[in-house]
Amino acid sequence: MPVNDLYRDYRLSWFGQPGESSDVVLMSRVRLSRNFARLPFPNRADMKQLAAVQSMASSVFSDIETAAGQEFDAVGLDGLTELERRVLEEKDLISESMLESTQYRSAYISADRRVSILVNEEDHLRIQCMAPGLDLTTPFETASRIDDAIEAKLDMAFDERMGYLTSGPTNLGTGLRAEVFMHLPGLAYTRNMNSVASTAQQLGILVQGIGSKDNETPGSFFAAMNQMTLGYTEASILENLAGAVKEIIAHERRARKALLLYSKDRLEDAVWRAYGILRYARSLDEKEIVELVSKVRLGIDLGLLDELPPEACADLLLASRSEYIKNLSGSENLSPPEIDRQRAAMVRRVLADHGREGIT
Amino acid sequence: MLCDDCHKNEAHIHIRQVSPEGSFDKNLCEECAAKYGGFSGQPGTGNLTVNDLLRGIFGSLPRQKAEEETAVPGLACPNCGMTYQDFARSGKIGCGVCYDTFREQLAPLLTRIHGSSTHSGKIPRRSGGVLVTRHEIAVLKEKLAAAVKREEYEKAAQYRDEIRALEQQLAAEKKEASDHAGQ
Repeated sequence: MPVNDLYRDYRLSWFGQPGESSDVVLMSRVRLSRNFARLPFPNRADMKQLAAVQSMASSVFSDIETAAGQEFDAVGLDGLTELERRVLEEKDLISESMLESTQYRSAYISADRRVSILVNEEDHLRIQCMAPGLDLTTPFETASRIDDAIEAKLDMAFDERMGYLTSGPTNLGTGLRAEVFMHLPGLAYTRNMNSVASTAQQLGILVQGIGSKDNETPGSFFAAMNQMTLGYTEASILENLAGAVKEIIAHERRARKALLLYSKDRLEDAVWRAYGILRYARSLDEKEIVELVSKVRLGIDLGLLDELPPEACADLLLASRSEYIKNLSGSENLSPPEIDRQRAAMVRRVLADHGREGIT
Repeated sequence: MLCDDCHKNEAHIHIRQVSPEGSFDKNLCEECAAKYGGFSGQPGTGNLTVNDLLRGIFGSLPRQKAEEETAVPGLACPNCGMTYQDFARSGKIGCGVCYDTFREQLAPLLTRIHGSSTHSGKIPRRSGGVLVTRHEIAVLKEKLAAAVKREEYEKAAQYRDEIRALEQQLAAEKKEASDHAGQ
């Protein structure tokens, strides 16, 4: 697959595909943090050491491809434009911290775009694997296979008592961070998110709003992740998280049912209004679109709206991001009103791609 | 200093607005500043990172303890030169050797973050041949105890034999290693 698609195509082939509980769960992600023995972590490494890490990583590149069973693109971040880096960040293929320092930073991105290995991010290596719906097992197994392949050739920083050594003490031990991204409009509308978050906390799980500011979470998208990485086995960390997420899913479905039962008319109206705005608006800002997509998706899941397949919502979320639109237009200096105008046009394009004929 | 707009609340935020007509500066309270909109760095939970939390943990250490730590001057990582103060400032460890250098200082922190300070997950086969065996023995011992509790003595005997075999293997590996060292 040409690398260029990464910055020009709004789709991630797997994102939005049906998976377990995909009426509530958008995606699952597993990340392993690893460092090579002896070399300082990226935050304290000099250029020579960063270069050494990069060449060690590229020495196992073909082993990684074999372990993952597919080809990878090696993307050197200093060879990209600022906008291209931001597009990768929007797609969660690189992290925010890699936007600032780019020298000797790279990302190995798999052909199916489900795996991205970050070199010289916060740790020497971060192996991230993603899957649609609630599925921590597949990404974890892929990440482990890649980890095994690297470790068969190179020494990792490891301590008998403290496990895998990482630049942040919060990742120490297993170096495993598992995250599940969920759409929880039912729990949010019924004002249950605070109690969900505090109950999850007691299980060592952090539930956070995505893109939230000032205690408001546009579109009710939340991420649940494990807080502890040391003292537990990988299997028990994943089990604990999956167990809590299943519980949250059950509550969310119950809340949606209650909403449907008690305020179906209002809900239906809100869903169709949102769909109408998406279809006909000529200017949409980033926050508004997330809220509209959230309502439309809820409508699809509750059977109130049948003009759109559920995958369209995932595409809308990716296609409407500001940096992506800027990159597509080839201009870094697009004014916010112009971005909002192009965003609305992009939304109509995606809807046309998915919808019935004749929608423009 | 009072807010330039409402003249009521204390000003906490300084803004500079630049337009083709020139620029002007204002000192504002949070409420009035919000009206200008579009600026980042609002106090709140949005931008809170793990590192901020970590710094928070250090900030809550009693004074005396902080002084004790500074009282170990010269304690720096022999590999990368990180001092404990560097860590307290950034919340980031410098290299793998740091964990060994500052083992004692880090242990209580790790317990606070994770509720534990002992790894029980995956072990790299390459750097940890002996460790893998030792870990397997530990797991088997747990299974053995559980089997005894459930009065499944046949299974227990099986675990016991496996443990013995592994322990012999471990002793052989150790002997081999020391032979190598002796040569």
